Amino acid sequence: MNKVINTLFNPKVRSRTISFLVVIAAYVILTLLSATGHLSRLFTSLLVPVTAYIVAAIGLNLNVGISGELNLGQAGFMSIGAFSAVVVSGVLQAAGVGDILRLIICMAAGALIAALMGWLISIPVLKLQGDYLAIVTLAFGQIIMSLLNNSYVGIDSKGLHFAFVNNTIQMEQGGRLLISGPMGATGVGIASTFTAGFVLVLIALAVVYNLMYSRSGRAIMASRDNRIAAESVGIKVSQAKTLAFVTASCLAGAAGALYALNYSSFAATKFDFNNSILLLVYVVLGGLGNMTGTVIATTLLVVLPEMLRFLQNYRMLIYAIVLIVIMLVSNNEFLRLRMQMLRTRLKKKGAEADE
Amino acid sequence: MAFLSYLISGLGLGSVYAIIALGYSMVYGIAKMLNFAHGDVIMVGAYVSFFAMTVAGVPFAVSVPAAVLVCTLLGMTVERLAYKPLRQASSLAVLITAIGVSYFLQNGAQLLWGSDTKIYPTILPGAVSLFGGQLSVSYLTIVTILTCILIMVCLMLFINKTRTGKAMRACSEDKGAATLMGINVNKIISITFAIGSGLAAIAAVLLCATYPSVYPTLGSMPGIRAFTAAVFGGIGSIPGAFLGGLLLGVIETFAKAYISTQLSDAIVFAVLIIVLLIKPTGLLGHKISEKV
Repeated sequence: MNKVINTLFNPKVRSRTISFLVVIAAYVILTLLSATGHLSRLFTSLLVPVTAYIVAAIGLNLNVGISGELNLGQAGFMSIGAFSAVVVSGVLQAAGVGDILRLIICMAAGALIAALMGWLISIPVLKLQGDYLAIVTLAFGQIIMSLLNNSYVGIDSKGLHFAFVNNTIQMEQGGRLLISGPMGATGVGIASTFTAGFVLVLIALAVVYNLMYSRSGRAIMASRDNRIAAESVGIKVSQAKTLAFVTASCLAGAAGALYALNYSSFAATKFDFNNSILLLVYVVLGGLGNMTGTVIATTLLVVLPEMLRFLQNYRMLIYAIVLIVIMLVSNNEFLRLRMQMLRTRLKKKGAEADE
Repeated sequence: MAFLSYLISGLGLGSVYAIIALGYSMVYGIAKMLNFAHGDVIMVGAYVSFFAMTVAGVPFAVSVPAAVLVCTLLGMTVERLAYKPLRQASSLAVLITAIGVSYFLQNGAQLLWGSDTKIYPTILPGAVSLFGGQLSVSYLTIVTILTCILIMVCLMLFINKTRTGKAMRACSEDKGAATLMGINVNKIISITFAIGSGLAAIAAVLLCATYPSVYPTLGSMPGIRAFTAAVFGGIGSIPGAFLGGLLLGVIETFAKAYISTQLSDAIVFAVLIIVLLIKPTGLLGHKISEKV
């Protein structure tokens, strides 16, 4: 019995347990609310996007918090996953595959293709450091968006047709366009459900926690804390950073696929620079390297603008002010010291009570 | 001849980018922060000069100093209220705050002035014809390029010859040591924001004279482009921002003219990536040596 309690309160296990408990509790509560009709339509429509953003933000936190590299292009990987999913979904729909299987295959395909792209992009990106690395991820995000904005994919009985910049696709009768340039993906068969999103969040958390507390995870964190020291004890820094970067883009790809199959149509500009920035905001507000924090911050910040709807036009203005104030308060030296004092005092009291 | 005409219009666009990039680069060099709200200061400058001309009815020459004044004050206020309390915080916290400020300015502008696109009045119509009419260069482009060169020269003189400029260079090298030498670092940072925002206002006027539409998210694209230009030339370096801006403008114009309009964005960013792979700190950036 004691052993069980000890393992539960082991810091590594504890943070993991808390994360999973928070997510599972949220899922149960939200499912109950939605089943009994207590959830407004607006919130129901937010359930899947929230889970998609959570998964992408968890990936980004791995990149920014654990690996310590500022990535301003995470939304680009989401869009790779989303558009791959649209194409795969089109093929599967034509083959008459059922919804659940289609969603699973699409998410796997989105994750795989995004991971592959992430690996390719990581080769030049990880040669750089600091703000230069950040701007190159921004540049890749913009390039991905620009390329997808000019891509055309169609499907008919002969198979897939691709075109670039100009829509030159000639299709036979009954063919349809899956991706039509600046119009984005059209006619996507909706297959995403909240349960699927919930499972994906659990998978993402499991992947990230397993990585964090493994030998490779320690190598990643060591490379973040001191590159030279890590190298001198034989850690392959670029390998460690690549692992984090590719995992992050893989998660973003799966999230993109989930997001894509939740809407019948969306444009590539849905995943622009502002979206990458938003994901970064979720990560920073949730706490660098803190996955539970990311889950909570993402949920709150996606829901917040909707909660502020009663403010009408002042909504986004208030949102901006909230953002600034949170940053100012959470970085206030005076408040931080006060909190620290309070914490030590509480600890002391706890220790006394134990005796 | 077409080549020359593209080159000149590219230099005109590049001059605007260069002026914005100078603001980015100076702020980065001294406050070590990526000021993502810089683009939105441009937008405010554009609105101020627009309303000065259309509502207050003042001539263009008066609207420019008005925009510069408002933007300078805005830049200093934002720095004082949002960035100064975060001097000791992590750079990510400052980055997020800058994003918050950017949202604030965009949405504030939308509330105050509406989200519709306003048409900026025509400034300096006409063009000079060269080579017997084969090449025509608009007065506006000439003025833009000349303004950019003038700003660049003044800024270099200011940084290298004046006492404040010397203090700025000292701050960018080592803030702690600068404080010990009796430099008021907070004041220097405030001055840097003032200059950067003032330049943003000038860029705003030149930008709107070329592309005559004013709307709340006007600043975001030139902001990202100018940020790219600043990194391109080596962020923190003033000649680098100038060079980066001009090159970016020329590359963008050539990409649009010779390759593809839709893909110009991708081409500009691809060039940036290639440059950074060859010179990891930009064209004129200092090499950061790591201390063990």
